[in-house]
Amino acid sequence: MSPEKILKVENLVVTFPAGAGKKVHAVSDVSFELAKGETLGLVGESGCGKSTTGRAIMQLIRPAQGSVNFEGSDLTRVKGKELRRIRQGMQIIFQDPISSLNPRRRLKDIIAEPLDIWSKLESEERYDRVREMCDQVGLDFESVKDRRPHEFSGGQCQRISIARALMLSPKLLICDEPVSALDVSVQAQILNLLRVLKSKYDLSMIFIAHDLAVVKNISTSVAVMYLGRICETADSDTFYTNPAHPYTKALLESVPEPDPSLIGSEGKMRLSGELPSVIDPPSGCKFRTRCPYSQDICAIQEPELVEISAGHKVACHFPISR
Amino acid sequence: MSTTQTYMHVSQSSDSAPLLEVRDLKTHFETGRGRVKAVDGVSFSLNKGRTIGIVGESGSGKTVLSRSVMRMLPRHGVINDGQLIFDGQDISDYTDEQMRRIWGAQIGLVSQDPMTSLNPVVRIGRQITESVRLHLKIDKGQANEMAISILKSVAMPEPERRMRSYPHELSGGLRQRVTIAMALACGPKLIIADEPTTALDVTVQAQILDLLGSLQRERNMAMILITHDLGVVSDRCDEIAVMYAGKIVERAPTKYLFSNMKMRYTQALFESIPKLNAPSNVPLRAIEGRPPDLVNPPLGCSFAPRCAYADERCHTLEPPLMAAETPGHVFACWNPVGGMPPPPAHMVERLGVKPVREEKFFKS
Repeated sequence: MSPEKILKVENLVVTFPAGAGKKVHAVSDVSFELAKGETLGLVGESGCGKSTTGRAIMQLIRPAQGSVNFEGSDLTRVKGKELRRIRQGMQIIFQDPISSLNPRRRLKDIIAEPLDIWSKLESEERYDRVREMCDQVGLDFESVKDRRPHEFSGGQCQRISIARALMLSPKLLICDEPVSALDVSVQAQILNLLRVLKSKYDLSMIFIAHDLAVVKNISTSVAVMYLGRICETADSDTFYTNPAHPYTKALLESVPEPDPSLIGSEGKMRLSGELPSVIDPPSGCKFRTRCPYSQDICAIQEPELVEISAGHKVACHFPISR
Repeated sequence: MSTTQTYMHVSQSSDSAPLLEVRDLKTHFETGRGRVKAVDGVSFSLNKGRTIGIVGESGSGKTVLSRSVMRMLPRHGVINDGQLIFDGQDISDYTDEQMRRIWGAQIGLVSQDPMTSLNPVVRIGRQITESVRLHLKIDKGQANEMAISILKSVAMPEPERRMRSYPHELSGGLRQRVTIAMALACGPKLIIADEPTTALDVTVQAQILDLLGSLQRERNMAMILITHDLGVVSDRCDEIAVMYAGKIVERAPTKYLFSNMKMRYTQALFESIPKLNAPSNVPLRAIEGRPPDLVNPPLGCSFAPRCAYADERCHTLEPPLMAAETPGHVFACWNPVGGMPPPPAHMVERLGVKPVREEKFFKS
């Protein structure tokens, strides 16, 4: 019944040293699964650990505990050559398209680099592959092949990053805020491009973002993170129609609404303050310091992530119900 | 520049003259590649306590427009033309010396990136008191007290302690509160907010925009809010101007802009935004291509090469700003959404049925 899982993350913990023998738990006890062909939107504010989760899956940061199962092998247990071989199947796109490209290299070499490392193709074939990939991402190869990153706009640089990531035909693509540095019009182009490439190359995606409207457009399921933990996860439809965690509700109501006729007259839920420090997190429920519904129990006991309906899990003592 | 007296101020309020009038403003840069027409004939006016939103893509000239209004342009290689009336004075020809009395004191600027707009080696307190002491001629103690009260009004937690912090010790949202505090310190009449929230998270963005709005109401300041996101301006501006390739292509009171969108570019920009109430996993209606090169703008309408509705005329003849059916609403498009509005009755009698420039429409 359940579709094949491409990625299974269990009890992932990532810590960083914080000086004086202390540790920061950037990601604590995060578990989720990603089925083949699905897109998981990972949402949260800056500092909630969503990018760290993405990087820990790639093993760019080694998790302190937990396992990352990708196509049957636990990445936390492999290293060196073996890890690099498996990692061909998973690629990542970063937020800042310009700084993630080497400014001194030409476009054709940037895109061909994965091939040079892994396939050692004849120059003719290598050239064809690069040209084909440029076509796929909407770059005119002949006119841009000798340019360097500074000659491209942000949107074009993001296309280059995508082309580079897809060169080795990965199964899993992790997109770490791929559109948050872009203009709305360019953002729409890139989102459409990702959608087309996803079905064309049969990709599964983890899409990290802070804008819930963008995530809705591209994801099949969503997980919300707060201070290193997942506080709500569900498939897209359930998530957007029945958000149960107060934090999710606040996030949804912070999205600027472009059509004034849809802006309700009732006051919107606004979060006051900012994310508490991860070095010294609040006791009990991490969100209680900013939560309008918090009560005594929230300070004492940390809520577990429990399933409230099929596939819909929430970590809250007082979930919002409709 | 002939019929400038006949301008209608869209956001008309009871109190007399507008605070800021921009008439046919042009800012061109001489570069090695030729002349870049970054702002090319922009006119608008803004009354006290009102907000105008300026929306456009990167490279549409919105930031150059804000710098031109503040007369903060490089000294060389700039061709500047048009008239700027601020608070009854013509500041078009003011020198830097004269502008220095206006910068900070009368016009405050909140810029996009709070990390680069704050001095990294100066404490928050001094960055705020610097302009206060210069403009209001008060001593250090008073200035410090004032800075603390301003930090309180921008909802900065622990303002006394934050006075002694450096910018890198603050988060993005708090830094942006500091730049807002700096802009407000001398009680300016006009705030120019250039993409104030683009670098911030959605939750913090909502906080900062709410804060700007409430401070503006409290202090009866006018605001120019510059952004690329129509969602940011939709419920916070009285009027919205959409810029493309250095020109205003549509300008209307907010409710009419959304209820009676005329210009094809505004429509395309609106449709390219992912919306929460839209079904998931449907392709967005993206605008293909990129804004034109401002050294060699296309003949005719500058949006025509990317427009699905462009015809022969769009590629040859540039559309002027024309009046829409809704009051105070102008647009520049030969094939507007919902068809060309009928010209007003008195125009038909006098001039025939040709669309004419906006100034003439507003004579009545």
